[in-house]
Amino acid sequence: MSTKRLDLGGFDLDCAWELHPSVAVRPERFGALLYHFGTRRLSFLKTPALLDAVQRLDSSESARVALGGAGVSAAETPTYERALAGLAATDMIRRRTAA
Amino acid sequence: MTVTLLDHFERGLDAPICLTWELTYACNLSCTHCLSSSGRRDPRELTTAECMSLIDTFERMQIFYVNIGGGEPTVRSDFWDLVDYATAHHVGVKFSTNGVKITPAIATRLAGSDYVDVQISIDGATAEVNDPIRGSGSFATAIRAMDNLAAAGMRGFKISVVMTRHNIGQLDAFKAIADSYDAQLRITRLRPAGRGASTWHDLHPLPEQQRVLYDWLVANGDHVLTGDSFFHLGAYGDALPGLNLCGAGRVVCLVDPVGDVYACPFAIHEQFLAGNVRGAGGFEAVWRDSELFAELRSPQTGGACTKCSSYDACRGGCMAAKFFTGLPLDGPDPECVKGHGELPLAAVPAGSTPRPSPDHSRAVPITIGRRPDRACDTSPLTAIS
Repeated sequence: MSTKRLDLGGFDLDCAWELHPSVAVRPERFGALLYHFGTRRLSFLKTPALLDAVQRLDSSESARVALGGAGVSAAETPTYERALAGLAATDMIRRRTAA
Repeated sequence: MTVTLLDHFERGLDAPICLTWELTYACNLSCTHCLSSSGRRDPRELTTAECMSLIDTFERMQIFYVNIGGGEPTVRSDFWDLVDYATAHHVGVKFSTNGVKITPAIATRLAGSDYVDVQISIDGATAEVNDPIRGSGSFATAIRAMDNLAAAGMRGFKISVVMTRHNIGQLDAFKAIADSYDAQLRITRLRPAGRGASTWHDLHPLPEQQRVLYDWLVANGDHVLTGDSFFHLGAYGDALPGLNLCGAGRVVCLVDPVGDVYACPFAIHEQFLAGNVRGAGGFEAVWRDSELFAELRSPQTGGACTKCSSYDACRGGCMAAKFFTGLPLDGPDPECVKGHGELPLAAVPAGSTPRPSPDHSRAVPITIGRRPDRACDTSPLTAIS
């Protein structure tokens, strides 16, 4: 809900990302609820497309590819980039190291 | 997008975001503001098997964690088994305790689990302020529990404080205690529910103290948890961080020790009773089909408050606080920061406010030689050493 302090931090759209293994996802009509069992934080994914993108992270070569797969347009990408950066900052998603 | 999200919450979700589960009405303390009027165990409390079955339901509904309280939940002999069962079934546990059972051995066990969070309750930063509300020796018990948790290496546990007119001046002291344990401070609003219905008038923060609290939250809010309970203070200016809406029956609810489901933890009264988990369809059916919850999820009228310029910030305040002080649910909160609650509050006839029900307070022993009429009338602690 807060619109301040949207710091992209170390988030890079062109890197490979994954959902943190301690995070559970509960789909909702508006998108989804995320809960991190380690940090005990709750987050909201505010659109179904963001949920789709997050679920694609594990199998996408980059976050940008995941957004494209979820149908996020170029115009919307900066908004979704900030949302993903927020998830990265709270450890809901993390960099995926090469398998 | 944010507007849509709030709308979704107001219409209710398919499962609660957050659920409070009072495990027992038994308690070794008799806090004067106890929301659930706890003291004696209720003989109808859910059995171990029923509790486990309920946890299975929570897992199925993807309720990520439950806030367990009571009573004093740790006096249930199956408490630690239930905690283990819940975490094994992907239901995280945050439990509130007065600390009486947090021995060094238990502290070590808790420190080893990622899925269990502990909240130690104190209502004063000193025994002088705490003990008149929570009982003689209760501050020392809580501090000993915190010492044990810290010695076991547990970091980030919560210290939970209900704000009263006696402890508003100790906000910095509470924060210092939390910092000294590498713990996190959680402060919540005093509600006139349970035994608190009769002590609220003497304990609730005074109008000028509400302003102090608001300013302190604006300055320190990023590092302090509030359970979003002070949204009525948002009318002072900027809304406080968090979900600034009443989640009762929409995104939160309460399951009490006998399986009754209420709209929220502050509304233990038949008017807010949605059903019982022992009924057909269990908890899921109550959450999804109860008429009460359907009503709470329907568009609400703000009544007299809609004319107020601050309505968008406070949304009329807390339903339970209005109900137990005898105010109409579509009128101002008794602690409305604009003072709109004062006149209606003064007009409520003495003795006409709803009586909290049920009441599990321990009777004050006044007759000599009178034996408890049930085993559960005795202290819950005597049987569990």
